[in-house]
Amino acid sequence: MIERKDLISDFASIGADELLDAAQDFKGKGYRLGQSCATKIPDGIEVLYSFERDNVIKNLKVTIDDKAPELRSVSAVYGYAFMYENEMHDLFGIKFKDLSLDYGGKFFKIAMETPWNPALVKGGDE
Amino acid sequence: MAYITKSPWLIHYDGSSCNGCDIEVLACLTPMYDVERFGVINTGNPKHADIFLVTGSVNEQNIPVVQQIYEQMPSPKVVVAVGICACSGGVFKDCYNIIGGVDKVIPVDVYVPGCAARPEAIIDGVVKGLGALEKKQKNLDTVLTLEKVAREEAEEYD
Amino acid sequence: MAKRTIIPFGPQHPVLPEPIHLDLVMEDETVVEAIPSIGFIHRGLEKLVEKNEWPEMVYVIERVCGICSFGHGWGYCKTIEGNMGVEVPPRAEYLRTIWAELGRIHSHLLWLGLTADGFGFESLFMHTWKIRETILDIFEETTGGRVIFSICKVGGVRKDISNEKLSEISEIIGNLKVELSELTDVFLNDVSVKNRLVGVGVMTKEEAVEFGAVGPTARASGVDNDVRRDGHGAYGELSFVPIVEAEGDCYARCKVRIREIFQSMNLIRQAVKQIPCGAVSVVVKGNPSGEYVGRMEQPRGEAYYYSKGSGTKFLERIRVRTPTAANIPALVHLLPGCDLADVPMLVLTIDPCISCTER
Repeated sequence: MIERKDLISDFASIGADELLDAAQDFKGKGYRLGQSCATKIPDGIEVLYSFERDNVIKNLKVTIDDKAPELRSVSAVYGYAFMYENEMHDLFGIKFKDLSLDYGGKFFKIAMETPWNPALVKGGDE
Repeated sequence: MAYITKSPWLIHYDGSSCNGCDIEVLACLTPMYDVERFGVINTGNPKHADIFLVTGSVNEQNIPVVQQIYEQMPSPKVVVAVGICACSGGVFKDCYNIIGGVDKVIPVDVYVPGCAARPEAIIDGVVKGLGALEKKQKNLDTVLTLEKVAREEAEEYD
Repeated sequence: MAKRTIIPFGPQHPVLPEPIHLDLVMEDETVVEAIPSIGFIHRGLEKLVEKNEWPEMVYVIERVCGICSFGHGWGYCKTIEGNMGVEVPPRAEYLRTIWAELGRIHSHLLWLGLTADGFGFESLFMHTWKIRETILDIFEETTGGRVIFSICKVGGVRKDISNEKLSEISEIIGNLKVELSELTDVFLNDVSVKNRLVGVGVMTKEEAVEFGAVGPTARASGVDNDVRRDGHGAYGELSFVPIVEAEGDCYARCKVRIREIFQSMNLIRQAVKQIPCGAVSVVVKGNPSGEYVGRMEQPRGEAYYYSKGSGTKFLERIRVRTPTAANIPALVHLLPGCDLADVPMLVLTIDPCISCTER
């Protein structure tokens, strides 16, 4: 009988400027970047990064503004983060600084711009 | 022109399907269902194909692809929409990137429902498609004959 | 320096059932750079949470992918159960495990067939898919569907399998083992097959970690990474050791999947022996209001499911990170240095599922 590690739920909120250092810290401890995604909340966008080591997941949450969303990319630390960050750029319009492989909005081919972030669509209509 | 319906060649295109119908279309070719016993061959070239199988719904991206394949096929041709997504958009019809069934873009002759459509249903759809193909062939023959008669008459008057 | 040419690979390519596009920058016959472009079949189904109530959303998530459909359904149920703190009856967990392992066998057989077709061994493809039909028949008898069967629900499963039926399944699996070993013998020992696979597309352990590969792709490079070991479902009570190979080439990736088929058969037989009696579902009351990140080991590797509830019938967000999304960076790194003729093999051996990746 193995102890069930999947029931542990660990979420922590940090500031946008601390994200890169925190990611570096996780990498140093041997964590992998599991996934990263964004969620639209009433007054902004919540970006979630999940790190995993030995089947335990730790989640970091960063809340940013939805009118001009911007964040520093963690692709400098975890190279493969470019997949998730390009996706967030296309769906939420989040601009990632220092993205290792930037598709410039051509990652997904979507009929409308930033379908997940209505705040930005209205802003774009002048 | 019975030979077309004796050995129809297919081309399959995956619109934005979930793979369920695609693997069932492939399963039709394998020993359990084996459509090759009816002379059906899956081809990759639209210019060789008589029947166009489309799985999955249409999105902004693949409108030109679907239209292009359809236009490249020689007449007479039949379109079979396989699975509920290809018929109407199915469970994804409310998605922001989905336009709807294949009939929004090209004329569809046979609708095969199901999620995922079963191999038996797909084979049945293809066989129904053959009926449509025969009808279209007859119409085409009539048009060709009428044109020929008109041409010959015109030549006589010259 | 030789002149550089760009060869477009896909989106419609004979080895790919689904659209993915790669721009291959070539120097003579060798790839020097590969630039992936995906997004041809993005549907945006995660946004359907705004229109579907959470108990119904499971039907949408199952249709993320038609191949590992059961796994996605389970993953969704797991994230909601974690969110609401629902305890699933043990019999339901065992049944889910059995279906998931059957799904792994069916997916790996499908992959073996496509790979055989990819290196031009068509009769092997046909034989593999013939065996796969046996598994689909079990699905049909127990759930009513062949590829998508919506048997999982939040709080358990919809249908029980009788103990007689379970031992029958165990027997079928036992017979299948004999039939399958003849076939896998060809994959592992045939000279022409080995010519196409051995030493092609080597990924070292360090590279696999660096590029975040998951599932069989990572395990073939010696990374011991298997989500089933976190003890979810019935896996905590079954004995198994993740299958790891050290070579990291296409042959190792093929070998890992073949050994996993036999491992899954073993797991199913163990589960059938140990399955407890009891209810197969519990009534779930209320609405999810917290958040939870759950993981599953899909046939293609580790998948993430994130759910955030709002306390109403509609979830705030559901997110699925599928294994292929994690394997594409590794693929892009693998391609430079290989021959153009080997590109289809390399793309196939990560077992790409594009409809998963783009959702």
